[in-house]
Parts: sequence; C-alpha cells; structure tokens
Amino acid sequence: MAQYVEQIRHVCSLGALQSVLAIERAVPILHAGPGCGQKLWGALGLQNGCQGSGYVGGHSVPCTNIGEKEVIFGGNERLRDIIANSLKVLDADLFVVVTGCVADIVGDDVGEATRRFQEQGQPVVYAETGGFKGTNLFGHELVLDAIIDQYLPPAANVQPGLVNIWSVVPYHDAFWLGNLTELERLVSELGLTPNVIFGPGKGMEALYKVPQAQWNLLVSPWVGLKNVRHLAEKFNTPYLHYPVLPIGPTETANFLRTIGEYAGVAGKRVERVISRHEAEYYYYIERSADVLLETRLLPRRFVTIADSFYSLGVSRFLINDLGLLPELQYITDGVPEEYQGDITAQFQHFTDGITAKVVFTNDGGAAHADIRQIKFRGRPLIIGSAWDKVLAEELNGYQLSVSMPVSDRLALDRAYVGYQGGLRLAEDIYSLVLADFQ
Amino acid sequence: MAINLNHSEVPTRENRLGSITGYQGTIKDLVGQAACGSLRNKERCFSQASACSSGCAQGQLSRIVDAAVVNHGPVGCAADTVGGNTVNKWGQHIRGWEHKNIRLINTNMVEEDTVFGAVTKLREAVQEAYKRFKPKAIFITTSCVSGIIGEDIQSVIEELQAEIPVPIGSVNCEGFRSKIWATGFDAAFHAVLTTLVKPPVRKSNTVNVINFNGSARKQITEMLAQFALEPVFLLPYSSVEQLTRLSEAVATVSICGTLGSYIGNALEQEYGVPYVKTLQPHGLAGMNSWLRGLGAVIGKEAAVEKYIRQQEERIAPELAIIRSQLQGYKAVVGMGPSFGQNYIRTLRELGIDVIWGSTWHFDPQHDNGSCPASAQYLFAGEDNLPVSVADQQNFEVINLLNRLQPDLYVARHGGTTVWATKLGIPSIMINDEYTAYGYQGLIDFGYRIVDALTNRSLAKNLAARVKLPYTDWWLRQDSFAFLEEASQ
Repeated sequence: MAQYVEQIRHVCSLGALQSVLAIERAVPILHAGPGCGQKLWGALGLQNGCQGSGYVGGHSVPCTNIGEKEVIFGGNERLRDIIANSLKVLDADLFVVVTGCVADIVGDDVGEATRRFQEQGQPVVYAETGGFKGTNLFGHELVLDAIIDQYLPPAANVQPGLVNIWSVVPYHDAFWLGNLTELERLVSELGLTPNVIFGPGKGMEALYKVPQAQWNLLVSPWVGLKNVRHLAEKFNTPYLHYPVLPIGPTETANFLRTIGEYAGVAGKRVERVISRHEAEYYYYIERSADVLLETRLLPRRFVTIADSFYSLGVSRFLINDLGLLPELQYITDGVPEEYQGDITAQFQHFTDGITAKVVFTNDGGAAHADIRQIKFRGRPLIIGSAWDKVLAEELNGYQLSVSMPVSDRLALDRAYVGYQGGLRLAEDIYSLVLADFQ
Repeated sequence: MAINLNHSEVPTRENRLGSITGYQGTIKDLVGQAACGSLRNKERCFSQASACSSGCAQGQLSRIVDAAVVNHGPVGCAADTVGGNTVNKWGQHIRGWEHKNIRLINTNMVEEDTVFGAVTKLREAVQEAYKRFKPKAIFITTSCVSGIIGEDIQSVIEELQAEIPVPIGSVNCEGFRSKIWATGFDAAFHAVLTTLVKPPVRKSNTVNVINFNGSARKQITEMLAQFALEPVFLLPYSSVEQLTRLSEAVATVSICGTLGSYIGNALEQEYGVPYVKTLQPHGLAGMNSWLRGLGAVIGKEAAVEKYIRQQEERIAPELAIIRSQLQGYKAVVGMGPSFGQNYIRTLRELGIDVIWGSTWHFDPQHDNGSCPASAQYLFAGEDNLPVSVADQQNFEVINLLNRLQPDLYVARHGGTTVWATKLGIPSIMINDEYTAYGYQGLIDFGYRIVDALTNRSLAKNLAARVKLPYTDWWLRQDSFAFLEEASQ
C-alpha cells in the first residue's frame, strides 16, 4: 500500500458493510462515527455504477453515530441499544455489527455486546473492521470469516456436486451481480450445482448451504483466499483457487477445463460446452471484425489502472482474444505483499510469449504521473476507473471505467465474465471508439 | 458568542450556537424556545448512518481550483472524494472548463499509525501535495483517528511553512465531534479566514456569493450588473487569489443560511463587509427579501424596488396558472434547516399545502446571535406548522410519510427521496441549490412539480413491488418513539 493515496480506488475495511448488504435480508449495524456510512456507501455504491440504497442500504443502515460522549465514556451501552432496537425496527434475517476506527481505538467490547444477543438466539454477528486495519477487500474477508465462525451451522452431510462460488467483491465491483450470475451459469453448464450467497434470491438459504458444499471455488487473484482456507479448516471443504477473472473465450475455456478436471466432469462434456459458446462468440466477432480491423481508430496499446480482478482479467482478454498489446498495468486494490508475486507471475503468460509489466499501487496520482511518461504511438486505451477520464483526455486516449469508482456508468446486470462478458467488453470498448468521432 | 479567528479550531455548532438534531413539535414552539434559550436537544436510542463534518469540509475545500487538500486519516475518510470529484466535474462542465480531478491526498493511516502517530507521514504527504499540484494553498483536514490520537497538526504546519511558500491551514473536522455536518462548513471557512483572507487593500465592487455549485451564476452576474456589482462565487470554483480578497467586497450573500452563517458573519465582524442576513433567494418573498437586504447595504433601495416590481409583474400570469394547478396538494419537506425553512415558504407560494417540515438540524441562532430569518418568517406566519429535527433519520421520516401520506415529498441530500418514492409518494430532490432561485426559478420549479405529479408511474410501480425494510411494528409506532427526553 502506498504511503499516501490520491484518487481513491478502494476504501477502508468498514466498506465491508456493503458486502453485508449484498446478502439478501442481512443488515450491517455500524458502530462508527456519523459520516463513515455515507462516505463508504457513496464511494462503493452511489458513485460506483449507480448502486444506490437497495433494501436497507445508504442512510437506512443502523449506526451508533459515535460522538464525543462515546469517545470519552465508551460506546458499549449505545451499541447495545442500537442492536436491540435494530432487531425491533428492521425486518431482516441477519445483523452484522461492523466497527469503525473510533470504536476499535477506544476499545469497545463489541464481541461481548454481540454475544448477549447471540445467547438470546438472535441472529447477530460482529466483525472488527476499523478502517485503519486495511482495505474494504480485507474487510470483506473479515466479515465473511465472522459469518462463517459465528453464524454458519455445521453440515450434517456433504451435498455432492454443490460448489460455493466466491469471486468479485459485491459493490466494490460495480458489475458484481452480473459477474456472479455468469459464473454460476458457467459452473452449472458443467453439471455442477453452484451456490452463491450474494444477490437477490439467495440470502439465508444460500448461506446455510455453504458448509454442505463439496468444494469451494474461488475465482479471484487474492481476495477470499483467507475465507476458503478458513472454510477448509472449519468444515473440511476443499477449494480450487482460480486466480484469473475469466473474460472472453481463451480464459473462459481454460477456466471451464480447470474446473472440469478438478470436479471430475467428463472431458467431452466440458468440450461441448466450450464449443457451443465459442461458436456463438465467434459468430459475433466474425460479423464485426471488418469494423474492428478497419477502423483507423483501433487502439493497439492499452494500460489498465484497475483492481487485480480487472487488471488481470481484462489484460488476458485484450491480449489473448482481441490482439491488443499491453503497456504498464497498474493494480490498485492494495494487494497484500504476500500475494503480489503470484499475481505478477500471471502477467507473464499471455499468448505468443507476450508479457506485461505490473505495478502495484493504490495511489492513482502516482500511476497517472508514470503513464504520462509513456510514449504511446497512436491513441491508447485506458481501462480503469472514472478518475482516469481526465488522464485519457490529456493523452488523447480512449477510456472505459470498469474498476471502482465507476461513477460515469449505470451498471445493472451487465457481466464482464465469460463469453458473454467478453462480448460486452468488446461492445463497450469499440462503441467508445466509434462514438468518439461521431 | 463572537467569532474568534485567533483559535485554530472553530467550536461545533452544538457548542457555538446551541444547535440541535433531536426535536418534535411545532415551528412556533421551536422558534419560541430558541428565542428564550430553553431549547434542548433530544437524543435517540435508535439511529441510522447520517453524515459528518469532514465530508462537508472536504467538499468545499477540494473544489477551490488552485488549492490542495491533505486528508490526515485512514483511506475511507477520503471516500467522499469520489462523489466530490463527480460533482466537481459537473461544475466544470457547466462552466465549459476542461475536466480536472480534485487535488486531495489521503495519508492512508494504518494500524501502527494509531499507536505511534503519523506526523511524519503527514509532513511527507503535504510535501508531496505541494510537489504534485503546485497549489497556491494547502488545507490539512483531520479525521476521527488523527483527533483521538492527538496528532499535533499545528506543529507540522509550523515546520512546513519554513519550506513550503504557500499558506497551509488546518481544518478540524473530526466526525465524532459534532452530529451536525454543517460544522464542517464552518471548519473549512475558518481555515480560509485564518490562512487566506487578508485585510482589504481597497474596496472593490464585488459581492461574495456563498454557494455550492453556482449553476445560476449567469443570472446572478446579470442581476448584479444592473447595480454595477460583480459576484465572486465560493468556495467551489473560486481561486486562492479571489479568497485572499474576500474582505474587499461590498457585501456577502449566501444561497444557504446554514452554509453562509460563519463566513458571512466573520467577514462582517472582522472586516466590516456587510452580510445580508435575509431570507434566502428562493421564491418571491425570498428573492425580494434578499434583494432588499442587498439594496440596503449598497444604498440602492429604489433601484431594487423597481427591479422587484418588474420581475413580479413579469411572472405573475404564469405563477397564477401554476398555483391553480398545484392548489391543494399536500407536501412534506425534508432538508437542512436553511433550505427546509426556505422551501416550505417557497412551496406555499406555489399554492402547495406544506403539512410537515423535517430539518436535518436546527440552529436557534446564527453567528450574529439572531435566529435565522427563514425560521422567524415561518414563526410569524398564521399557521403553526408541525416540525421535527433529525440528522436525516430515515426511519422517522418513512414512518411519518407513511402516516401522513402527502402528495409530494421535497427533499435535499442524497439517499433520501428514494424512500418516499418506495412509499408511492412522488419525490423531488433539490440537488441544485439554485432550484426555485428567484422569479424565473420559482416558475421553473412549479412546472417541475406539476410534471412530478402528472406521471407518478415510477413511484406507483416501485411501491407496488418493493418491500420496505421496516417491521410492521415500527410502522405502527409513533414516528418519534425513539426520541428520548432532553437532558440538561
């Protein structure tokens, strides 16, 4: 993590309140200052693909709104009041207490406050997510671990073929729901039964199924490794770590083959699925190839300034499938040092021996300063966040926001994952190019 | 209490003005209690996430075109800059300016910083901000963490001022210190007043216009030109150079009483720049009052009266049509206190029956020691409007709207109107502070309301299909059941 940060592209651990909101009928209870909720929701929700309040988000999230009194005298009593009244006022199935910096520094005993409710059989869990502890991605892992530890009942038996899917982080990824739905679809096409806890129609039923899974599938460069390891320890569930967000035909085929092999799905079945999708994908690409090839504005070189999911996933697609070439790739999600080596290695294996240089920094200003020094021949494509529009204007480049903050787009069910996702990304990039001069 | 610019920190609104966030009653009782000093805040034993000072402070300061902000806190404290940047781009867009990102660096405080302190990091971040942005001023905004661990910001500034040749100001906006986020505006203005504003060298023909985004700057410029005056809009989109010369202005006006109270009164107290403390210029009465206040200050009463007459006559026919269309519709208002009080009056001018006013806080006085004119205006009216004060507590508002079932909810602040819409109540968000500004603005606002009431399909469809997150139990309770007795 950079020593200082300009242009924030992730928020703090308490941002994990949004992961709670992504579980149907789960409510975060903030034990935090009055502004934390608004700031974090604003950045991860409202200003990120227009993901607004939803069922109980935004200014409806219960919060102790810690003031001077709680800083001086402690906030345990206030927290107990807010939890007790949240249970009365809000119609929900699970309450997750998440703490901000102040509660963690003054040392409120949130565990004790929560246990009182747990002992009464109330569905309340807690995670100490004080913002200074790390990023919202780190906080996401803390919250999932808290739910695993304090809420999930052990399974009576394992359900064959049931696979929990863990991948992009809800809200942080503006396209999370589309992406998770597409991952589910791909996994189910192999004859497996996917289980995702986030999104509409999932909720507690999906949560309860987590311990019954035969295995866990983690599709992520690093976020969630802690959780699948934890599930392995706690419920003995093995996991497969697939470190690339599969976008487009090459990576998605690799993804399907890897899963098929791991789960013992017949090779023929896997290949049938791949062939069908590839035929569909290439129907569209064949049809549009004239314009893709012949427009004089086709960008050749690209940079990504994105979280590790998109930086790696988009690079694979643009290089392996669309024939573009990488300049520097900036990874902005505050990847812990222990994972940086593995992620860098992933950028060494593109088609035809192509490699890309990777820089880990969450300081967008530093990334911009570097990119200004690159001598682009032709108009570059910058895949990043809304912060990068200004840079693209300066460099006469094309820019598409896919990584937080995506404040310049409305994201509903769009997915960038899989074959469909590759088509969407191609549409979005080349629509930009075409709209730019018309 | 007089404003004290010798202190590095501005006291909170609670401590300085006796402002509150918990109340239910009537406008006559509220303003009456404010007048006799008996008003006490009521706490709540249930609450939802509201907002804090730091967002307001950073929102103003980070949009001064050639200043930079260093936010000393964990990275989440800079989360508001994402929205800040979006709004800033909108402002650049409507001015036809080239887009630029806001210039703010966050010190990314981590766990060890909470133990050992992070003044070294802060120092380096300020140096980096100077290097990156070449700003003409730097503002250091504090956070809950920097406040609790007692970071000595002043010493850092003193050290840095030896090497950095532009003014560096500290902005004390720790979220936990105040329930009233407008305290952050005061902190930002305090920093501007103490680090940038210089005593006047000569008097100019400028009027300081305190506002947010300035969408009506063309109308205001034209209006002031008739009186040979020029506006300086601040803080967003102003320059450091303009801010150093605020003391030379003929007068200060504000689009929002809450926003303008501190800097307007401070400029009057310190430099004798008159602050126009009238109603805000929304609707007829507001605009008339504002113009008369300005006219009195600049000695052009007759010219102002002529202008008012012309404008009133010009819009009279259209206003009559709108009033006939909106007559009898019932509305609830939910906004900050100044906007809330001003829009209640404005909606009534359009023929709408305002049946409840909810404001996000209440200032019994502004920094001149008097109750705000907009509150006094409602107090002096014939009817006694039911009102409540809450720091944007949605559960109260939704319960209330569910009970009152108004035809319209008019609100300000992101994340409010959606809840009324889910109840099937058409809602209008006052995003732009110049909505209903003056004579033409009143007409435009009227048509906007007519449109909102003409097609209610979104509200109806949402209400039919979406479930509210509240239990039936809560919706059956009194809206203010969680308001506790006032403590002394």
